[in-house]
Amino acid sequence: MELLYATVVAILAGSGLYLILRARSFPVVMGLLMFSYAVNLFLVAMGRLHTGKPAIIAEGAQYTDPLPQALVLTAIVIGFAMISFITVLALRARSELGNDHVDARSDEDQQP
Amino acid sequence: MQHWITLPIMLPLCTGVALIFMARAHLDAKRAVSLISALLSIPVTAVLLIQAGAGEYQVYAVGNWQPPYGIALVLDRFAAMMLMMTSILGLLALLYGIRSDDKGGRNYHALFHFQLMGLQGAFLTGDLFNLFVFFEITLISSYGLLMHGAGPERTRASLHYVILNLAGSALFLIGVGTLYGVLGTLNLADLAIRISEVAPEDAPLVLAAGLILLVVFGLKAAMLPLYFWLPNAYSSASPSVASLFAIMTKLGIYSILRVHGLLFGPEAGVLENAISTWLWPIALLTMIFGAIGVLGARTLKRVVSYLVIVSVGTVLAIVATDDLATWSGGLYYLIHSTFITAALFLLADIISNQRGQAKDYLKPAQPLRQPRLLGSIFFIAAVSVAGLPPLSGFISKASILQASAGSSFAPALWLILLAAGLITLVSMSRAGSTIFWSHSDDSNEGTRRADKTKLGVALLLLLVSPLMTVYGEALLSYCQATAEQLRDTSGYIDAVMPIRLSEEL
Repeated sequence: MELLYATVVAILAGSGLYLILRARSFPVVMGLLMFSYAVNLFLVAMGRLHTGKPAIIAEGAQYTDPLPQALVLTAIVIGFAMISFITVLALRARSELGNDHVDARSDEDQQP
Repeated sequence: MQHWITLPIMLPLCTGVALIFMARAHLDAKRAVSLISALLSIPVTAVLLIQAGAGEYQVYAVGNWQPPYGIALVLDRFAAMMLMMTSILGLLALLYGIRSDDKGGRNYHALFHFQLMGLQGAFLTGDLFNLFVFFEITLISSYGLLMHGAGPERTRASLHYVILNLAGSALFLIGVGTLYGVLGTLNLADLAIRISEVAPEDAPLVLAAGLILLVVFGLKAAMLPLYFWLPNAYSSASPSVASLFAIMTKLGIYSILRVHGLLFGPEAGVLENAISTWLWPIALLTMIFGAIGVLGARTLKRVVSYLVIVSVGTVLAIVATDDLATWSGGLYYLIHSTFITAALFLLADIISNQRGQAKDYLKPAQPLRQPRLLGSIFFIAAVSVAGLPPLSGFISKASILQASAGSSFAPALWLILLAAGLITLVSMSRAGSTIFWSHSDDSNEGTRRADKTKLGVALLLLLVSPLMTVYGEALLSYCQATAEQLRDTSGYIDAVMPIRLSEEL
């Protein structure tokens, strides 16, 4: 399971990173989204991977670490807000700057 | 009094929430609420500053969950100093913003207070994940504030700023996750204990997490090669926001000092001082590139933005020296540079308002409406920022140079610090002579005299510099005590975790 999990995280992070480095805003937003998925999965894995363990402390039983789950919940909420913001911002940049390049050149650069 | 330490966070939080509900209220009502809250935060932080000045750590366990299980707020001299700076700068920036900037959108005041809350929380927290949360609060409100007033230039700068910081936040989580995975805790003091006894095979992993966190904080602090967003963002932001942002880079520096100073400090065992070997060359290069940027900048606001980068490089270089005496001068410089760059951002705006179409571009334009007044203010600011006597810039540099004399790192630090000062002087005089002395025509119609409040706020911020000179000795001794407390990591750990869990088991 660890190998499969690690592969998924690696593929998500890798493709996310590739997309972040693209020049147009839509792939960049998608890339950030995929990268945040990878990070969230990574955070869950930091509590070690278990199956069939109780989520709370039970007598004698080994339990799963609840803290990474709390962390990942916070990270998901924050990440969701951030992605919505960047989506709106990218749309606004598209309409105000006239193109969807991340570093759209504007006329003011030509001023001496 | 026990809960007083939460006030710097609770006060802006409540104000911010109230202001969101007042979004459609009359602007004057919002201004009143906002100003009262900003005024109140001065006595609130002053009390904390006095308490921390005694040298005791103050630890507050949120929800009474004792560290390392719950989130702890920790107040020491350094945190108190940063809190005080934030509330003073917040109040003055807000006063400036009230004269013009807050008309651009409904939620300026609410965002402003959430920004203050994020900053104050980040300075107080003793928990790594909580630091992440406060970072995000600061970031979200800074996105809003940066966009405030709109305009294509701002949209473009914001897009870069937001994308970079989202990537930075993801890296932050990776760093935090790795540390938790290896060490099983997130409380800074507990982390420091566990790092000191980390198994040699885990040490590279911990170091990697530490370096990832350095990248994240470096992005916030704008150190090389992560500063390219700063000149665009700061020079396009509305003036009150830009001057508040002067403390945002210091948040990155604070986090490096707090997290890396504690985790990879003198008690870190195999990983002792593992970070400062990386920080030292980066910091010096940041100063050099910042200085080159100052020389090459074409607008006054960009000159100031690159001055921010130079100051970041200077503070980071001093942090990397790991030398107690140099640190106290560095902390003094940190206070000085924050206020002087904030004042310069406001001054640049006042000047650019009187130059018509030319704005703050460094080229001949119509003469200013108030050339003598603004010229003398600009002169004082330039003297202070370049580090000439008698203002605080000189005192900070003199104490840094004096303290570092004779040590192995002195030649590089002296050379670059003095060269950066000289370059600052050259570019400030060039900017000043272009703005005040070379005119394209003689008419200055269509411009108005500077708003008295705005001018007053800029002067007040600038007044910090001579005040820091007058009370130089008291301030330097406070900085000395702060540096000693920062170096004494075991004191911090003992205060937060009176019973070391690892010894108990």
